[in-house]
Amino acid sequence: MAAPVTTPPARQRRQIGIRARRRISISIKLFVAVITAFYALAPVLYVVSSALSPIRGIGGATLIPARVTTANFERLFNSPFHPWPTWIMNSVIVSAISAVVVVALCALAAYSFSRFRFRGRRLGLISLVVIQLFPNMLAIVALFLLLQGIGQALPASIDVPGLGVIGLPRLGLNSLGGLVLIYIGGALGFNTWLMKAYFDTVPYDLDESALVDGASHFQAFRLVVLPLVRPILAVIGILTFIGTYSDFLLARVMLTSTENFTLAVGMSLFIRGNFNQEWGIFSAGALIGALPIVIVFLVLQRQLIGGLARGGVKG
Amino acid sequence: MTGQQGAPRRGAPSPIVSIIWRLIALALIDAVAIVFAYAFFGGGLTLAAIVLLVITAVINVVFLVPGLYPLRWISPGLMLLVLMVVYPVLYTVYIAFTNYNGVDHLLSKDQVVARLESTLYTPEETANLAWRAYRSPEGQFLIWLTQVDGTTQLADPLSGIEQVQLDDARFGAIDPEDGLPATIGVYTKLGRLESFRYLTALSNLVITDETAQLRIISIDRATLGIARFSYDPVRDVVYDDQTDTEYFASGGYFVDAQGNRAPAPGFVDFVGLRNFERALSDPRISSVFFSVLGWTIAFSFLSVVLTFAVGLALALVFNDDKLPLKGLFRTLAIIPYTIPGFISALVWAGLLNPNFGPINGFLSDFVGMNPQWFSDGNLAKMAVLIVNTWLGYPYMMIVSLGALQSIPSDLYEAAEIDGASPWQRFRTITFPLLLVALAPLLIGSFAFNFNNFTLIELLTEGRPPQLGVISPAGQTDILISYSFRVAFAAGRGQDYAFAAALGVFIFLIVAAITIVNFRLSRRLENMI
Repeated sequence: MAAPVTTPPARQRRQIGIRARRRISISIKLFVAVITAFYALAPVLYVVSSALSPIRGIGGATLIPARVTTANFERLFNSPFHPWPTWIMNSVIVSAISAVVVVALCALAAYSFSRFRFRGRRLGLISLVVIQLFPNMLAIVALFLLLQGIGQALPASIDVPGLGVIGLPRLGLNSLGGLVLIYIGGALGFNTWLMKAYFDTVPYDLDESALVDGASHFQAFRLVVLPLVRPILAVIGILTFIGTYSDFLLARVMLTSTENFTLAVGMSLFIRGNFNQEWGIFSAGALIGALPIVIVFLVLQRQLIGGLARGGVKG
Repeated sequence: MTGQQGAPRRGAPSPIVSIIWRLIALALIDAVAIVFAYAFFGGGLTLAAIVLLVITAVINVVFLVPGLYPLRWISPGLMLLVLMVVYPVLYTVYIAFTNYNGVDHLLSKDQVVARLESTLYTPEETANLAWRAYRSPEGQFLIWLTQVDGTTQLADPLSGIEQVQLDDARFGAIDPEDGLPATIGVYTKLGRLESFRYLTALSNLVITDETAQLRIISIDRATLGIARFSYDPVRDVVYDDQTDTEYFASGGYFVDAQGNRAPAPGFVDFVGLRNFERALSDPRISSVFFSVLGWTIAFSFLSVVLTFAVGLALALVFNDDKLPLKGLFRTLAIIPYTIPGFISALVWAGLLNPNFGPINGFLSDFVGMNPQWFSDGNLAKMAVLIVNTWLGYPYMMIVSLGALQSIPSDLYEAAEIDGASPWQRFRTITFPLLLVALAPLLIGSFAFNFNNFTLIELLTEGRPPQLGVISPAGQTDILISYSFRVAFAAGRGQDYAFAAALGVFIFLIVAAITIVNFRLSRRLENMI
């Protein structure tokens, strides 16, 4: 292709024009970026400031606190009305157990789907997709009745002849155990798929050579494949943790007594109560409740968003 | 191990050790399952116990039959998936076709029949019976009853009521005074005076068996209550012995020919499509249903449009490498997305508080407005959309940034040579390509917002209420929060069947959206 023929002065004029336009464009973009940062951060700053300021109610707080105290944090941890430390502990326990179990069960199933060829494999994979069409949080009424039934049928302990009285885990309504089972079940379908896709990228030759060397399938899985898929294990673990931690609907329906609430259900009591009296305490709780998640998310942005882009949106 | 015999290679260090471990694990699982099944049986959940035992049996088979080896890896997860996803979904569909609610249709038909059958009444001929008591040395009693027609019965608190003849082998010599045995086994007949002594204990005695119940009323009188209702499973009819009436099962109740209900609660019964008809064609409810459905669709659609518009605009800004502090701004812009949704929704509920919140404080100081965000329907909807845009734009920004990177730059170069303006380049290259690449994510976001219960419940609780309707829905309620309110709201809730029917509607819509999405993304994958 022939080079365009331009006279030097014309080219110069055009380049000056382009440079000026670039500068204007960058200025506009910088302005938009600053406005966005303010838009994104103003609510956050307001909460931080409310948490740190000595003012209790919602009206008095400003974007920058006049005086920094830890009064609201002390009230949060010592409130006779809200067992906030219990709530966040419940949330962390429920989310951690769910995440660990989901990762373990999905890894086992994904290994099988990725490495073995067996009858029903295709059907199984298709079923997982179909099941994924029906998120179990929409079956909330049935889950409520299921846990109610389990709770009524399952005694607190049973007397086994020869073994004595054995305590049974609480799995009915208003129990964290029942809630964990629901979370785990709900997270399995999609994450098994996600994990299977990642397992497929690990060459089968690697397990093959381990098997030839006399390893069992479980050893090949544990010693060869698992170390290679660690990133996806971490991503699914963290996403499950965050998803469970953020759930409100299931916890709200299944849990009835204050000391069993997760953070989401517990914190919602603040707006049912007197918001203008509790705002400072609420802000302190919001800050501690959100901070770990925000940090994990910002540090692992790239990996987590890759996982989310496949699945849709986080809660 | 050579692995050349065609057998699956499973070169465990020692197969015997592995088998022993497996057997120990299975034994543990079986023990736990049996403990639970035992508890379920004891609690009356026979079906749950059977399901549990069947699952356990399947696990045993899977772990013992070598040919099912791949399933061993899948079965633990599969079990939970069936119990906590498949079963609840199917059960929801089932409930949607019944009249199940927590007020008047909570029990099964068998339970209601059992309740009726245990109802007793005292017919005239057993209302006034003569009785005598026998007492054992340990202080236990037997009661001798003589019916009006002369039949004699013996009531034992331990074994119930039986008809007896005077020549029974247990009986001692007949007392000539009243013609009754003087002793029955170790029990001795009490005289009238002695009976007075024990009258309190005797009148506290309730002797019951399946069909009758004895009560001692006074020193001269005992009554025998008998079963009032009997059930004929063949004709599905309950017969009332007291009033000589037949009750037929109809509409979840037992009713007589005049439509009066038997004195028992209703039962869970199939009602066909009634719940769906209520939503679609009962004018008192369908108006609520359609307004909620309309707002659900509008809310989801507008949320996607708004978050995508803001996110895309910001992606174009942040896609410029010349922008100073690009990384910092980008990170700050993502922050709303990283905060757990329930915290953001609650924070915004406070920020928008009309009386004390900082936003209204600002608006009334500088603009002279004081919008009542949660009491005006349109303002509440606006508030929901404003907050959801804040929550959701970073996701759209991130995925748009990713998609922008993947647009080949020679397209822009060619456009520039052709003299296209920046706007023309955006309109004809960037936007269409982005839309194609992101369509599955936009649809996914639509489906997510369709069920965004957390935002609605924590920001507005569905408020403001819809006026003059009998169904518990607010103006900002979406289908899932409406369903939640129908089933679980304090006061007016507990209509499980209607809530399940709403759940089925959501299932159908979300499944349809997702199927479209699968098709779309598969086509895209083929294209790429």
